[in-house]
Amino acid sequence: MTAPALVRRDVAGRVAPVAPRHGWRQDLIGWSFAAPFVLLFGIFMALPILAALALSFTSFGLRDLENPIGTSVVGVQNYVDVFADPKFWKSLGNTVYFVLVGVPLTLVLGLVIANALSRGITRFRTAFRVGYYLPVVTSIVAIAVVWRFLLNPDVGLINVLLQNVGVSGPNWLADPTLAMPSIIAMAAWRNLGFAMVVFVAGMQAIPVMLYEAAAIDGAGRWQSFRYVTLPMLRPTILFMLVITTIGYLQLFEEPFVMTDGGPLDATLSVTMYMYQQGFEFFHQGYASAIAYVLFVIVAVVAFLQFRFLRTDDAPMEAMR
Amino acid sequence: MTVIPARAPAPTISASAGGARARGTWWIYLLLILGILLMVGPFLWMLLGSLKTQAEFLASPPTFLPNAASTDNYERLFTQLDFPRFFFNSSLVAVIVTVGNVLFCPMLGFALAKLQWRGKRLIMGLVLATLMVPAGITLIPNFVLMANLGLVNTFPGLILPFLVLPFGVFLTRQFMYGIPDELLEAARIDGANEWRIFWQVVIPLSVPVLATLGILTFLGSWNSFIYPLVMAQEPEMYTLPVALATFATGDHQSDHGMLMAGSVVLVVPVLIVFILFQRWITEGIATTGLKG
Repeated sequence: MTAPALVRRDVAGRVAPVAPRHGWRQDLIGWSFAAPFVLLFGIFMALPILAALALSFTSFGLRDLENPIGTSVVGVQNYVDVFADPKFWKSLGNTVYFVLVGVPLTLVLGLVIANALSRGITRFRTAFRVGYYLPVVTSIVAIAVVWRFLLNPDVGLINVLLQNVGVSGPNWLADPTLAMPSIIAMAAWRNLGFAMVVFVAGMQAIPVMLYEAAAIDGAGRWQSFRYVTLPMLRPTILFMLVITTIGYLQLFEEPFVMTDGGPLDATLSVTMYMYQQGFEFFHQGYASAIAYVLFVIVAVVAFLQFRFLRTDDAPMEAMR
Repeated sequence: MTVIPARAPAPTISASAGGARARGTWWIYLLLILGILLMVGPFLWMLLGSLKTQAEFLASPPTFLPNAASTDNYERLFTQLDFPRFFFNSSLVAVIVTVGNVLFCPMLGFALAKLQWRGKRLIMGLVLATLMVPAGITLIPNFVLMANLGLVNTFPGLILPFLVLPFGVFLTRQFMYGIPDELLEAARIDGANEWRIFWQVVIPLSVPVLATLGILTFLGSWNSFIYPLVMAQEPEMYTLPVALATFATGDHQSDHGMLMAGSVVLVVPVLIVFILFQRWITEGIATTGLKG
């Protein structure tokens, strides 16, 4: 990612070989470029992140909207309540289920297709790449509406096809054991193209001589995948693991449109529960506490995986 | 001298694959084509469904192709429901958000990549730290803020929080970091100030990354849901995803034809943008590995 010979040391101006200027004029120029971003970012991103923390220690509700300062501070009570709330644990369990099954499924499918495109075929690569990527760019809401219709027990395509071969299909989204797997299948279908594109890019950086050496040693298709592609792609795979996990932990649109969290809360996700508490019951202090618990979970997962990645990872190089 | 330092062009798979491997791969093509049918199938089902009448959905046995293609669903969408309005709302928000990000993010990206100033490392750290923050965190505080500013149900309320996104800074900063300092130094020696260097040297070199940023920002805004769901409470401020989700979970939930037509209206503009600009999208994603 970086070109060490050309770039000056990023740490402090004094190491730079070119124009080691420093002083209020340089500061002024730098901040003049940064000002619009920093202003908007500060008001609508940095400040709200802190405000959410503050809100999570209050009983903020609808009546406080006119006068936010007047809300009553309740200390850690919201967090105590969250951890004693069976519905929160249910939503967390559902979210973890979605992540634990959905993330590997998405990444394995993306990897298999990427490998087929990179190593298996020589023609129509762009057409295939576009086709598999198609759902990634489309609205999750539209996709959820279409899939709800696909999974419709009476007129949905899937059950109509099953009926043609003599099987009477279930009511997918109304069955507590099938609703989450249905949503997982849809999420994997939508996101595998993203994993595929990143994996294809990773595979293109693998020197072809490694494959030639493996072939000389008598490696077949599977063995060159197992002993060349997989180890060389490890940083990319771990990177995708972090990104996909963080995204999937925030599951919201799919259950919102397809099941409203049901049946029997079987698809209620943490973000959806936060939304319900904040904007259906107007317990915004409580909802902020839920949001912060999710934030901490995301941060811990990201931190653990980032640490894991740090030594030999190419994509993460870009983050520094 | 090349403008962007290219990595050593090591021979890669795509460069050498061919000939010997081409035989015996028909089954891979077959599987990939079957996979593509699974990817495209739901979109076809959506399109066909949007052309069926409600009577046809109730008929047994169910049909694949519409008996008689009807544009009735679209007509209802655009006359009974206010889809032209929602389309306008989505477009306006997406365009302004895109302009904001393409203008302001490269400015900071440049300052982080090429200028020395106090506070730089702090800002850099903040931008990177917030890349991973769940969107839900800022939802409630921003709602409270907008409510107190009287901006709920207004365009500024829908736009302001997205006018600058950390992703754009990350993307442009990475790209500009690769621009050789010699080019900027040459312009400095010629007497150009930093603003002039930015506009006349850095921006022209950064067109590819700005295109990627613009397209990704537009798609992200067009598809965004939870925030406009909260901020647009009156139907006249709905964006397309909010309108579709509201109808799909409310009064129109079994009006399959109209919901499919609504999905088409939401999806087709994005598919056109994607197919026209797919190279920038997939390559931009491949180089950063970020943003979906």
